[in-house]
Amino acid sequence: MNAKDPELLLEHAPLLQQGMSTPQAMRDVIYSLVPVTLAGIWFFGLSALLVLVVSILGAMLTEWVFSSAENKTESLWDASALVTGLLLGLTLPPGLPLWMAFLGGVVAIGFGKIIWGGLGNNLFNPALVGRAFLLATFPIAMTTWNPVSDVDGFFMVHATNLALPFMHVEPDAMTSATPLGLFKFEQEATPIINLFLGNTSGSLGETSGLLLLLGGLYLWWRRDLDWRIPASILLTVVVFSGILGLFDAERFPTPLFSLFSGGLLLGTIYMATDPVTSPITPKGAWIFGCGIGCLVVLIRVWGGLPEGVMYAILLMNAATPLINRYTQPTVFGRGKERS
Amino acid sequence: MSFLIAPAIMVGIGLFFGIILAVSHRLLRVEEDPRIEATNGMLPGTNCGACGQPGCLPFAEKLVVGELEPSKCTVASADDIENIADYLQIDAGRQEKLVARLRCGGGKAQAHQIAEYHGFEGCRAAAVASGGGKGCSWGCLGLYDCEVACTFDAIRINSNGLPQVDIDKCTACPDCINACPRDLFEVVPLSQKLYVQCSIPLAGEAATSLCAVACDACGKCVVDASPGLIRMENTLPVIDYSTNAVATPEAVFRCATDSIKWIEGNQFQEQENLPIGGQKKYA
Amino acid sequence: MNPLRLFHKSFDHGVHPAHLKEQTCDLPMQRVPFVKEYLMPLGQNLGAPSKSIVQIGQRVRKGELIAEAAAFVSTTLHSPVTGTIKEIGDFRNFDGNFVPAIKIEADIYATQQSDAGNPIEWQSLSIDEFIQEVQNAGIVGMGGAAFPTHVKFAIPEGKKIRYLLINGAECEPYLTNDHRLMIERPEDLLMGAEIVRQKLGAEETVIGVEKNKPEAIAALRQHIKPGDPVRLVPLHVKYPQGAEKMIIKTIFNREVPAGQLPRDVEVNVNNVSTVVAIADYFERGRPLIERIVTVSGPGITYPANLIVPLGTPVRELLRFCGGLTDATQEVIMGGPMMGRPIATLDSPITKGSSGILAFTAAETSRRKEYPCISCGRCVEACPYFLNPARLARLSRARLFDEMVNYNVMDCVECGCCTFACPSAIPIVQLIRTGKDDLRTRKETPA
Repeated sequence: MNAKDPELLLEHAPLLQQGMSTPQAMRDVIYSLVPVTLAGIWFFGLSALLVLVVSILGAMLTEWVFSSAENKTESLWDASALVTGLLLGLTLPPGLPLWMAFLGGVVAIGFGKIIWGGLGNNLFNPALVGRAFLLATFPIAMTTWNPVSDVDGFFMVHATNLALPFMHVEPDAMTSATPLGLFKFEQEATPIINLFLGNTSGSLGETSGLLLLLGGLYLWWRRDLDWRIPASILLTVVVFSGILGLFDAERFPTPLFSLFSGGLLLGTIYMATDPVTSPITPKGAWIFGCGIGCLVVLIRVWGGLPEGVMYAILLMNAATPLINRYTQPTVFGRGKERS
Repeated sequence: MSFLIAPAIMVGIGLFFGIILAVSHRLLRVEEDPRIEATNGMLPGTNCGACGQPGCLPFAEKLVVGELEPSKCTVASADDIENIADYLQIDAGRQEKLVARLRCGGGKAQAHQIAEYHGFEGCRAAAVASGGGKGCSWGCLGLYDCEVACTFDAIRINSNGLPQVDIDKCTACPDCINACPRDLFEVVPLSQKLYVQCSIPLAGEAATSLCAVACDACGKCVVDASPGLIRMENTLPVIDYSTNAVATPEAVFRCATDSIKWIEGNQFQEQENLPIGGQKKYA
Repeated sequence: MNPLRLFHKSFDHGVHPAHLKEQTCDLPMQRVPFVKEYLMPLGQNLGAPSKSIVQIGQRVRKGELIAEAAAFVSTTLHSPVTGTIKEIGDFRNFDGNFVPAIKIEADIYATQQSDAGNPIEWQSLSIDEFIQEVQNAGIVGMGGAAFPTHVKFAIPEGKKIRYLLINGAECEPYLTNDHRLMIERPEDLLMGAEIVRQKLGAEETVIGVEKNKPEAIAALRQHIKPGDPVRLVPLHVKYPQGAEKMIIKTIFNREVPAGQLPRDVEVNVNNVSTVVAIADYFERGRPLIERIVTVSGPGITYPANLIVPLGTPVRELLRFCGGLTDATQEVIMGGPMMGRPIATLDSPITKGSSGILAFTAAETSRRKEYPCISCGRCVEACPYFLNPARLARLSRARLFDEMVNYNVMDCVECGCCTFACPSAIPIVQLIRTGKDDLRTRKETPA
């Protein structure tokens, strides 16, 4: 028998914790993005890899520079900067000059996160802040889309990638419009199967609907994702564009096309569900998702741009505090009887 | 011409609302004693509550109607109080300098620990977790709640784990009194130098087994002080400060545990040379 | 409404901690040997502490009244042993505070056999007499809160009880005391339930048992005779199902309005141990002088379910169970989710102690805290539908008054939020601190 009388610790209950931590959640996001990233590299060649690496570098370097001294390595390990850089890279066109991608990473972390007070305090999704900055600053470069490369082109690096800052470079290869651009400006629909598999032009990570959905399923299975947000966004988009299709099937895209084209799936699964910038309450998540869905369709159909996912999410991000405020859950025993 | 339309509309809207504002300023005006505003401007504006009012503006209102004296404000300097009194044509009144004192002298070196608190910092958090591990369940936990709460940055936890109140900075507001989960702070006049630094409601060995500077209720101070100054209430000496004038340091000489003190200036002065360990750990 | 409700009926939200009951769930209840000294704190129940009626040096028999109820919301105390009153004074309780208590020295020559008292003819008692008898027996809610049971039986005019709900959920991990009681004494459990049911005039007894105790369900099912007004409801396993309001929600799908009691929805809830204690008193005349305690956790050498006389020091229980392992860092009274840390092992077992759990560094080490990423896991875990993330943030900023606007006082501190938090933020601890500040401040306005 042990007669030892240990110096007892006093620690508040509960002493048990769910086996999930914030860095683990971040790592889950990265794991779920691996297929999408590989597909992007497969479709768009080495340039895609370069753009991704550079934007991640920009993000992580900024995080490292601006985190406090005792926290320097720690803040990198929670992997949130890596996620931001990777997500930003996936929203960029593969032929983007690398210095722009780097700048995007810096802005994403610097103005998207650090300036708000670091992880957990930002109002807008950092990756989208970076992208919005790039789109506003370099509209031409950000909308010059390279076509899917063939096998020979895999190791080819686009000349535009290597452009020096503020230098103008003619696109080397021919450019091609995205499916949404084609539909909007030339009334030409892309086959759904291409959209589903991803061999169309567009941003690095947005092309393959299949892989994005798989990543989303993984996150849902890991409970890292509030399923209400993707569900409500996709549902709203389908219903809204379905209704529009009833009026004029020629002018308005079909629901399925709306679903798989452009950055909708990428934005829905990875940006809109960013826990920091989406509402904390279940009811709020539904409102948030419906808002994004409506805005996406509105911008796509009547806006000046072919794509509107980014602005839709950023706009609803801004509304998140308000949504939180008005969707506080009804406390047990204080509302009408919930069924 | 069309480029003029937009500016013209903006100017028009501006004018429209400007007129509404100007008219409503006239029509909806509430008459208020202008002296309240002026007095409020002369007050320190810390809203600390030391005067017993919820903030500086309510205090200014009470001043103007003459219900309170300017000297009730313990934060403003003597000159400021004089100015306010002159402005309002009233008597400044006299107010003794009050400071916060801690009814506990058992720091890390004196009080026994029975267990170790192992949660996030804060006295109240520790007190809720089964008493925070300090053997004396009435004593100071020294986990920075008062230091964080103090508006005037007057409290520092010293290396012995006790809050040291800087009497020059202390304005006798109730911040620390509210923050302390053990209710150990009290506000007393600075002139009261005789002070009991213990709150243990136990006597004899039961008390001294918990803390080296606990009052064991021996009663020597009652005998040594001038008659009527100190009396024992349950197990603690209570000093009758109304006869404070006759208080002398003699009362503390025979105290075996150093629990009654003659304090000149700051409390825990003898520990002042120790390196100060405290700093705001959370905010 | 949660779509999962279609598959398994339960309350909304809540969490699923590991059950961790394997260590003790198959161990039969054991009686601990008598020890030298017993310490009976006077305030073992919620409400007013009992009033001592013994003097130092007085001899008391096992089961003899040593303290009487000081008010209606108060109860009696009986001596757990035959012996002599040694001391009456302030002793340290498990929470580190000094409380008035009676110290009894056991008579080493006494047999310490249970003095078989006289059964009480309960059928003829009026409801008021019944309530008085329950108070005389010193029975309190033995799930942990220790609320005097007779107070629950006092139904105000105009209210009636339709269902008597016997709470056998035992949702806290590790604890198996109710589990063993249901397996080993199902007849007494059903007897006690029948007494209470008849006295309260309830239509039906409903026994809720979580499905992770199949033996308990089988044992009870075996003893329920067809035609008895007893319904056994196996419950989907979820924490905090054992909370009174949650088990009512699960079984009857009714929400007890905030600030009201189960009787307002025509239900009376009692823990299984409480009901067995009632049977003990009315069938055998034995007041509440012992209880079942689970001693378990990774820091215990030989885990066990023990029948412990009240007042036994925790140290003696641990000694009986082979002592603590070297790795032990913390000892908890109650369950791992809602229990309180024990400041000193000399503190006694009281009426509300359901478990003594010892934990090692693996459980007590504080994980690195990350900023709140507002993932909403705490919001989806809180069975009371509060916003724990918000409350924790306010508490950290010392904005305690603001917390009231977010209904902080409805929080029962079940700990689901901290359990679910991926950033390891001490949410319930912060809320507890804020509540404590609010509670004490009202008493001493500055």
